Amino acid sequence: MFLDSHLHGGVLTLRVSGRWLIENLAAIESQLGALEGTPAQSLVIDTTGLEELDLSGAWALFERLRRIEQSGVTVNWRGRTPDQIRFIEHRLTGGAHPAAATAEWLDLVEPVRSLGRWAVTQADSAKTSLAFFGRICAVLGSAFTNPKRLRLPALVRHVIETGLQAVPIVSLIAFLISVIIAYMGANELRRFGAEIFVVDLVTIGVLRELGVLLTAIIVAGRSGSAFAAEIGVMKLNEEVDALNAIGTNPVEVLVMPRVLGLVIALPLLTVIADAVGIAGGGLLCHYLLDIPPAQYLARVQESIAPTTFWVGIIKAPVFAFLIAYIGTLRGMQVRESSRELGRLTTVAVVQSIFLVILADALFAVLFLELDI
Amino acid sequence: MSGPVIEMRGIVNRFGAQVVHDGLDMDVFEGEVFGIVGGSGSGKSVLMRTILGLQRPSAGTVKLYGRDITTLSERELRDVKRGYGVTFQHGALFSSLTVRKNIQLPMAEFFPLDEAMLDGLAALKVAMVGLPAEALDKYPAQLSGGMIKRAALARSLALDPKLLFLDEPTAGLDPIAAAGFDELLLDLQRNLELTVVMVTHDLDTIFRTCNRVGVIVDRRMIVDTVAGIVSNPHPWIQEYFHGPRARAVAHAGAPARGA
Repeated sequence: MFLDSHLHGGVLTLRVSGRWLIENLAAIESQLGALEGTPAQSLVIDTTGLEELDLSGAWALFERLRRIEQSGVTVNWRGRTPDQIRFIEHRLTGGAHPAAATAEWLDLVEPVRSLGRWAVTQADSAKTSLAFFGRICAVLGSAFTNPKRLRLPALVRHVIETGLQAVPIVSLIAFLISVIIAYMGANELRRFGAEIFVVDLVTIGVLRELGVLLTAIIVAGRSGSAFAAEIGVMKLNEEVDALNAIGTNPVEVLVMPRVLGLVIALPLLTVIADAVGIAGGGLLCHYLLDIPPAQYLARVQESIAPTTFWVGIIKAPVFAFLIAYIGTLRGMQVRESSRELGRLTTVAVVQSIFLVILADALFAVLFLELDI
Repeated sequence: MSGPVIEMRGIVNRFGAQVVHDGLDMDVFEGEVFGIVGGSGSGKSVLMRTILGLQRPSAGTVKLYGRDITTLSERELRDVKRGYGVTFQHGALFSSLTVRKNIQLPMAEFFPLDEAMLDGLAALKVAMVGLPAEALDKYPAQLSGGMIKRAALARSLALDPKLLFLDEPTAGLDPIAAAGFDELLLDLQRNLELTVVMVTHDLDTIFRTCNRVGVIVDRRMIVDTVAGIVSNPHPWIQEYFHGPRARAVAHAGAPARGA
């Protein structure tokens, strides 16, 4: 319906008809493809039956004719060449055609190149991470000598957003986890008649490890991602450049309040998580093991050493720093596109959770060596 | 087809107590370049969104090629949207895609075309808007402001529309790039027989490219030729076309089109 060819004495007459529009382009192209290898010396194109022609349709015809011409066939138009064809001819002269396929031997070089590129990128990234760490430390140092630079309003806002607003979810998780530990522990320990040790299990487990670790992981998901996204969008909007241009230090304005805010908020959240966790354990002991609250609390006091609580809580500021550091660093690295923003926000959460767990492992080794 | 390409009658746009348009009429005819002018907050963007079918007016009819788009279903509206091209003020190129993929996105979305065809068409569109072939594989962030505007134009022309909407096409460009864009627009408009509707503040662009201008004042539209609108007695229009900046343009001797 788009093309009607007629071969007569070495002259192929092409009657082009119908609506040569982009919506019919797939069909047009398949009909044009059938012309391939026609044994003709010359070609005459008749466009009198053409109803509509848009630029895409014209391009399909133009491209095909160009290839036929290259194979040595002369092409003639019956009547006027359509304007669209002339327009394309005019625009595409100068050879804007895509380059030919790359040579074979490149395939061997490419992996080596990409390995090298990867190594350089990694080294660069390590360097910028370290430089960013240094900048935070420098800003923190100057802020402590000059309290005005502490940016108290921003700091308070971040303590509220990352701390106070996280209280419900942190409490709920701490409660559920201690109930799970107590329940599973009770099932096992009951076989030995040692139910009372459920209290030790919950208390030591929550205070030393789980309270702070789970709180840190929740905060990494909640606030680490928020830091990266907030700062990332500000980077994309050139707000960070604006801060720089005004003469303020973006690390001081954006990064430090977040880092300090989280360093304050996370230990406080951990205290709440510890308290709720112990309460949850007590509730389960009361209903499942018939240990009354008074006896539970007495046992809690017996089971903990003076250091148990502090061993847990001392990790909180370290975890907080890691989360805020990674979140703000990744946010600052956002450039160019919204996809980068998504990628770096993901990286921020994954890395901060990884670093928190790694740091927790190092703390465990340290405390073992110190015998606490 | 006879009759106007765009026919708007009695458009009312209301947001709460705030009335942006109150009985606005507008006609755009085939093959013309129509400029929309108005003060900040006069509802140029709202009007544009209304014509594009992105937003339904509180009252009134919007006819594109004789079809009232205010009564169409989402599905029918999709067909209407296929028939026009739009460029947004900041380009609105998809930042995660190369220029090539940006141009191919509407084509691949609507039609089953193979890779070679898509590449060829993208190369044509890029050459058509005067970008070098290297620009095809660049990301929007790697392009200059002028190139972004051209790439956005190439994407808006991906489906060979006959109707083109431009939102502030020359905003943020230097005078040379802006003039280059004006010439490109005129060239494409002639060769592709486009009908162009543009929102602009650039007096040079208005004088160079527009056949007629619609000014949004007092929540309605006053339409005239460029020469006619300049001598309109309305105080805001006088201020707009005869303020200090406009005089500077006039002194520079910008040739008025369609006068």
